[in-house]
Amino acid sequence: MSIKGKAYVVGIHEHPTRLATDKTVPQLHAEVAQGALADAGLTKNDIDGYFCAAGDMAGLGQLSMVDYLGLKTRHIDSTDVGGSSYLLQVGHAAEAIALGKCSIALITLAGRPRAEGMATGTQPRAPERPMPESGFELPYAPATANMYAMAAMRHMHQYGTTSEQMAWVKVAASHHAQHNPHAMLRDVVTVDDVVNSPMIADPLHRLDCCVISDGGGAIIMATPEIAKSLKRPLVKVIGAGEAPKHQMGGKVDLTYSGAVWSGPLAFAEAGVKPADIKYASIYDSFTITVLMQIEDLGFCEKGQGGRFVSDGNLIAGVGRLPFNTDGGGLCNNHPSNRGGLTKVLEAVRQLRGEAHPAVQVKNCDVALAHGTGGSLGTRHAAATVIMERE
Amino acid sequence: MADSQQQQRKIAAPPINPETQHFWDAAGQGKLLVKKCTACGEVHFYPRPHCPFCFSDKVEWQEASGRGTIYTYSVMRRAPVPYAIAYVTLAEGPTMMTNIVDCDLDGISIGQAVRLVFKPSEGGPPVPMFTPA
Repeated sequence: MSIKGKAYVVGIHEHPTRLATDKTVPQLHAEVAQGALADAGLTKNDIDGYFCAAGDMAGLGQLSMVDYLGLKTRHIDSTDVGGSSYLLQVGHAAEAIALGKCSIALITLAGRPRAEGMATGTQPRAPERPMPESGFELPYAPATANMYAMAAMRHMHQYGTTSEQMAWVKVAASHHAQHNPHAMLRDVVTVDDVVNSPMIADPLHRLDCCVISDGGGAIIMATPEIAKSLKRPLVKVIGAGEAPKHQMGGKVDLTYSGAVWSGPLAFAEAGVKPADIKYASIYDSFTITVLMQIEDLGFCEKGQGGRFVSDGNLIAGVGRLPFNTDGGGLCNNHPSNRGGLTKVLEAVRQLRGEAHPAVQVKNCDVALAHGTGGSLGTRHAAATVIMERE
Repeated sequence: MADSQQQQRKIAAPPINPETQHFWDAAGQGKLLVKKCTACGEVHFYPRPHCPFCFSDKVEWQEASGRGTIYTYSVMRRAPVPYAIAYVTLAEGPTMMTNIVDCDLDGISIGQAVRLVFKPSEGGPPVPMFTPA
């Protein structure tokens, strides 16, 4: 049993706002849902499956959102593993559709950390209720930036990766963002700009970190029959994989991510290899995140990520692996501090041929979207989705 | 000097529960405990009532020597008081999250030998940290 070809992405929408001072989070969810329905040519009452990560709303947030949106569904899923949640949800929606549990699934993401003045990367965050590890971590002030920084520091030590190599990830993202009118940061930057930006948590500089933005996005998935009845280009999910990774009882190894497991699962289901991928959306919470995931997904040898991302190899029209052609989290947006959903959106645009002409990959028939939710420095969930243009 | 600043960072009290009460009682006496599984022999951290390797509940407390080496670290610069977070690999095997304290933050390196110290938390027990040996 496989999900290959059993579910299609029929509607997508990315909220244009990057600062939602005058909007609520539920309102943003509704607006992106409306946008994706319009893109698909469907109406709200067509939706019979709803996916909304628990962390995007307080309390039993998904139930509140089903109520708020006025949905009548026969399948719901509030899977939440942080920023990659939406990549897992694409896989789960494909499963639900393949099994007949729903026929048209809506996935929404929304948040407004920027309007709320959140210091996303640098402020240690205590959970609402203590988790089993809390006593052994909170006293040491783990924030987001210093957790990823520890992964970067070890990668540099073990493989000789340099700050300049990591900077190339940001440089490539900025080359793409210049063409995205909605991107928060549209100026093209250089390696020098990145390594000379203020140090946040050694070895990560300010420009190694993604933006803090408001907004959101939505995805609508449907059965092959429904997809073929609509007027949009046909994009189907052909493989998905998910894998948590953690501290392994104290056998801590920060040099790799769960992509070493989620990637092969997705590639095997899709029946394709890394060399077949024409475009990749790779979660870019930090530059190191991209570099490490590229290695773990098999786009290059382990430890060679620094060399691989250098010299524009991730820039569309220039390098071997065009990535995040919307500017990604590093330049475009990172709504709700979660970049997984927008990774799917740009991959779908590429497969449809609807990316900005300056960054559209020619003959883009197979694309990958991958993310890490949680933290590379402690525990995270990796998720890989492979899609194909029909 | 960075090391005097380190003293000023307010250290959050660890949440304590029935699983970890003994650990924090021992910390109050200047001891760092790990858990050893008598079924499979593995030492794990953070300590749990079930071995995360073989899932046996035949686990017992063991006092760590307090010696370790830095596996990785990062100095958080964008904080009221810069501080060094790290993973230290204990002589007993497991690697634990911690802070590196009482030193020049710019002199820390991976592979550096460190020794256990305890630092007071805000309204809680002292917490185990490390300083260059």
